Amino acid sequence: MAKRDPIYGIMAEFDSAQALVDAAKKTHEAGYKKIDAYSPFPIEGLAEEIGFHFDEIPLTVLIGGIIGGATGYLMQYWMSAVDYPVNIGGKPYHSWPAFIVITFEMTILFAGISAVLGMLAFNGLPMPYHPVFNVPRFSSASKDRFFLIVFSSDKKYDPAGTRQFLEALAPRSVSEVPS
Amino acid sequence: MNDQYKSAAVDKAPVIEPGHTFGTVTEKISAIVLTRPASNGWFVGFGICFMLTMMMLYAIGYLFLKGTGIWGVTIPIGWGFAIVNFVWWIGIGHAGTLISAILLLLRQSWRNSINRFAEAMTLFAVAAAGIFPAIHVGRPWLAYWLFPIPNTMGVWPQFRSPLMWDVFAVSTYATISALFWFTGLIPDFATLRDRSDNRALKMIYGMLSMGWRGSARHWHRYETMYLLLAGLATPLVLSVHTVVSFDFAVGIVPGWHTTIFPPYFVAGAIYSGFAMVLMLSIPIRKIYGLEDFITERHLQNSAKVMLATGLIVGYGYMIEAFMSWYSGDRFDAFTVWNRLHGPYAVPYWMLLICNIFIPQVLWIKKLRTSPVALFLISGVILVGMWLERFVIVVMSLHRDFLNSSWGMYYPTRWDWMTYIGTIGMFLMLMFLFLRVLPAISIFEMRTLLPEAEVKE
Repeated sequence: MAKRDPIYGIMAEFDSAQALVDAAKKTHEAGYKKIDAYSPFPIEGLAEEIGFHFDEIPLTVLIGGIIGGATGYLMQYWMSAVDYPVNIGGKPYHSWPAFIVITFEMTILFAGISAVLGMLAFNGLPMPYHPVFNVPRFSSASKDRFFLIVFSSDKKYDPAGTRQFLEALAPRSVSEVPS
Repeated sequence: MNDQYKSAAVDKAPVIEPGHTFGTVTEKISAIVLTRPASNGWFVGFGICFMLTMMMLYAIGYLFLKGTGIWGVTIPIGWGFAIVNFVWWIGIGHAGTLISAILLLLRQSWRNSINRFAEAMTLFAVAAAGIFPAIHVGRPWLAYWLFPIPNTMGVWPQFRSPLMWDVFAVSTYATISALFWFTGLIPDFATLRDRSDNRALKMIYGMLSMGWRGSARHWHRYETMYLLLAGLATPLVLSVHTVVSFDFAVGIVPGWHTTIFPPYFVAGAIYSGFAMVLMLSIPIRKIYGLEDFITERHLQNSAKVMLATGLIVGYGYMIEAFMSWYSGDRFDAFTVWNRLHGPYAVPYWMLLICNIFIPQVLWIKKLRTSPVALFLISGVILVGMWLERFVIVVMSLHRDFLNSSWGMYYPTRWDWMTYIGTIGMFLMLMFLFLRVLPAISIFEMRTLLPEAEVKE
């Protein structure tokens, strides 16, 4: 971002989940691509309405799980059979059946940690400051209100026209979001 | 996910009493943390539990000073209260993960109002459990040898031992439970951040919420993460008590060396875990007026889970006895005889009464819906499950193959102080949890309301 727009976007407030989903759909269909929707709970299908189609989390978890499993098994193999082999009850140094449990646990551990860290990283969290928090009414986004924003970086964005467009969606209020 | 939640909830008693909106659900749950002053009862309860925790620290401090000789453990009974309590606490933890992960995958919407504090219960139970193996090792300053950390001797842990598997299973379990619990709290931290008037609280909850703002993209990734974490936690929770049972089943001691142990341990874990969930939720819903959210349906469903897992446990006892006869192994057969008639017959019969006979009254619907009855029966089950671990650990060790090496185990006051102290610590953490975090998942409760439904 070379030059920072003083306005981050225009935000409309809705009363219900249904209104938000309908508005998000219309806005996206009208050609606005850089938009976002905020709700106090997950709404099925809302992310798709605003043009979010690729979720990176499953792949992240798969990779994390594979790395965890490999780490678990190779660690046990290297420690028991390569670095310091100890004969215990005449069992082979590389006694793979006994290594399965820890391999499994390490798979789960790494996959779980990558799920959480992946979710945070791809969401850009933690992010204590965000322009949307400048709108006083936005504090209800974590309670019972639903918000839709068109970012000023959108190609179709123009201050007056976008505002008019959002007002036509019958929101509860429309406000400018200072950046 | 909303549709399925709803369809499961239509015909039975409500999961959430009618008349609530997003606003009232939010206010009611967050008010416990933000506006409701701590009552005298809370201070008394917390104070007692805090003192018990101090007693536990005293007992552990004295143990570090003197060594495990202050306990009742001797040879042949080298595993006394420490292992009994470890298995008991780990088992109690299982219900939390079962409720939050397995019931999520099975789309059981009623879980939404009890998963949060059941998860908290899991964490605190695992914390209580984790104390025991660490102080049990004799030289606790060397407990880090359990982990594959390079040391001056150059040796590594012995990965063929179930005790090592246990270290990995329990520490993975603790980590994943903590992650599950914390990520579940993030959207609720955002709610508390936006609801609180106090600047310091706003800052604290704001930092914990990581700047959560409820964006649709964020929710999408969040839900994927939550579902995957549930999918990962499900085999994990089943593996944990399985691995705990391997600690016994892999040994050749009569009474331990049985293949029924893994499933029967897992069922027993869930059994005691739900008993603890009920023992906690019945007073909590009463004191904090949460009967609208933790309804009769929750109590009944938990009772049914207890009934089912209790029957699996009963089946486990039967198979144990049958196999010891059918195998023709004299030592195994003697173990059963010794349980019924030996010096520890009283705990064994009490175990049968507490775990098998008394819980059968849960077949009666009237008792399944009565909070007082459920509270009492849950207490009986918790005692029974503790006795089960006592029977497994102590009774199997005290009379094995050689008459000359038979012995008896008597717990000392230090054993009791440590055990009762961990109960105090567990409850103290619950008391704190209720005051500083939302005890019911606010955002998941919102999804249960009819207004949350969206048509395409």
